[in-house]
Amino acid sequence: MSARATRAFRMTPLARLGWLALAAYLLWAMSALEFNLARFILGVDNGARFIARMLPPNFERWDLLVKGLTESLQMAFVASFLGVLISLPLGLLAARNLLPPLVTWPVRTLIIACRSFHPVIVAIICVKAVGFGALAGIIALTVASVGFVGKLFTEAIEEISMKQIEAVRATGASFMNVVIFGVMPQVMFRFIGFSAYETDANLRNSTMVGIVGAGGIGSTLFSAFQRFDYDYVFAIVLSIIALIMIGELLQVWVKKVFRQ
Amino acid sequence: MTSALSIRNLVKEYVPGKPVLTGITLDIAGADITAVIGPSGTGKSTLIRCINRLVEPTAGEIIFEGRDLVRLAGNELRAARSRIGMVFQEYNLVERLTVMENLLTGCLGRMPAWKALLRRFDPEDIARAWETLETVGLTDFANARADSLSGGQRQRVGISRAVMQRPALLLADEPTSSLDPKTSVEIMELLAQVAATKSIPVIINMHDVELARRFARRIIGMSGGGVVYDGAPAGLDDAILKRIYGGESWLH
Repeated sequence: MSARATRAFRMTPLARLGWLALAAYLLWAMSALEFNLARFILGVDNGARFIARMLPPNFERWDLLVKGLTESLQMAFVASFLGVLISLPLGLLAARNLLPPLVTWPVRTLIIACRSFHPVIVAIICVKAVGFGALAGIIALTVASVGFVGKLFTEAIEEISMKQIEAVRATGASFMNVVIFGVMPQVMFRFIGFSAYETDANLRNSTMVGIVGAGGIGSTLFSAFQRFDYDYVFAIVLSIIALIMIGELLQVWVKKVFRQ
Repeated sequence: MTSALSIRNLVKEYVPGKPVLTGITLDIAGADITAVIGPSGTGKSTLIRCINRLVEPTAGEIIFEGRDLVRLAGNELRAARSRIGMVFQEYNLVERLTVMENLLTGCLGRMPAWKALLRRFDPEDIARAWETLETVGLTDFANARADSLSGGQRQRVGISRAVMQRPALLLADEPTSSLDPKTSVEIMELLAQVAATKSIPVIINMHDVELARRFARRIIGMSGGGVVYDGAPAGLDDAILKRIYGGESWLH
């Protein structure tokens, strides 16, 4: 009886030390970055003036706005289509339940490489490689899509029922026929969901890659910022929100159509 | 009569030095049911799966239509597989395809990938699929998805898929173990009917000794990875059952 602890869930000394170290690190980081109330008050003052200049939103140059939005939308759809198209074979080749490690490892490495960088970083590289404009943006978004959708496709394929595959294989079907009649029916509905999700993500990202010169509404936004046209900036921001909402609706609709 | 299938000294080791099959030699012929019975884990499924190479045999020969299946690879192996139908315990239908598509899956062994992708099935195969559906009484379910069917219906689709292959041999791995007693009998009747009408041997793994006695012309009793009985159902007495399954309290 006496050997029992008097308090349950007592912290071990090591856990205590860990929490103490975390608190010390946060305090040190905040002081180093001048993250304090005085600096915040100084900033808020500036922010109030900025917001005042944003209102009311200015839609006078709507033609430029529409052109930018259209370009973003086009970039998002083209990049999603290309990304899914490339991800289909890559996702299959990376599936460890269907192919030997000799095949899956190089493909998995490629997919991971595509996912390692944020689309904006890829966009910077693409702008340097192929010049300013939508082409660089499409390439950047496609690379990001392959990194993301490729991984999701692979995971979906790795979760399929191997019993169904075994049965199709037992009929003497070739590898490709097993893929067409055994693998695809099991993963198709999930692939459609992933593709809709990726299109939505690309819509978001396509508004951003323009900041580094890779086309779309982002370019318009960035130049408006540089010219201090904050009322126009606000108009652009509102339009982007509308665009993302349309993307959200699109996703809901796709899920409804392809339910199950 | 020459045998449709000759198995010679078949050995399978999943772990080196621990054989699951210890040198099986069998000849299968005729157009009726051969039942393989034995306790769980004695290698019945492994034996069946070695025949169509879903499991790789370690040693031995399996002669089918004049060729050693153990030595085949690539296109030759797939061609041989397409001549061997297989029925599974859990049906193994492609759940999201329709009944009709599942039947036509039986024809994939003879189809190039582009035709499969475009669902360009031979009209003759489609006609045969309709006939097969009629014999198993599932005509009304042709466009139903496989996952909407009951167990008995699914197994009838599983058998139909195998029949669509125009097999020269039918394998069944515990086809009735997931079904109720009445449906089990119906499925066994259907398998017997396939053996008779298509004139092919049917090899069935099963747990139900009474069902095996009722439908099989020949019973192979396995124990410890080897054959301990091979003969008519009539010869299957208590002494033999004791040798196959061990113990005796379950017999009474």
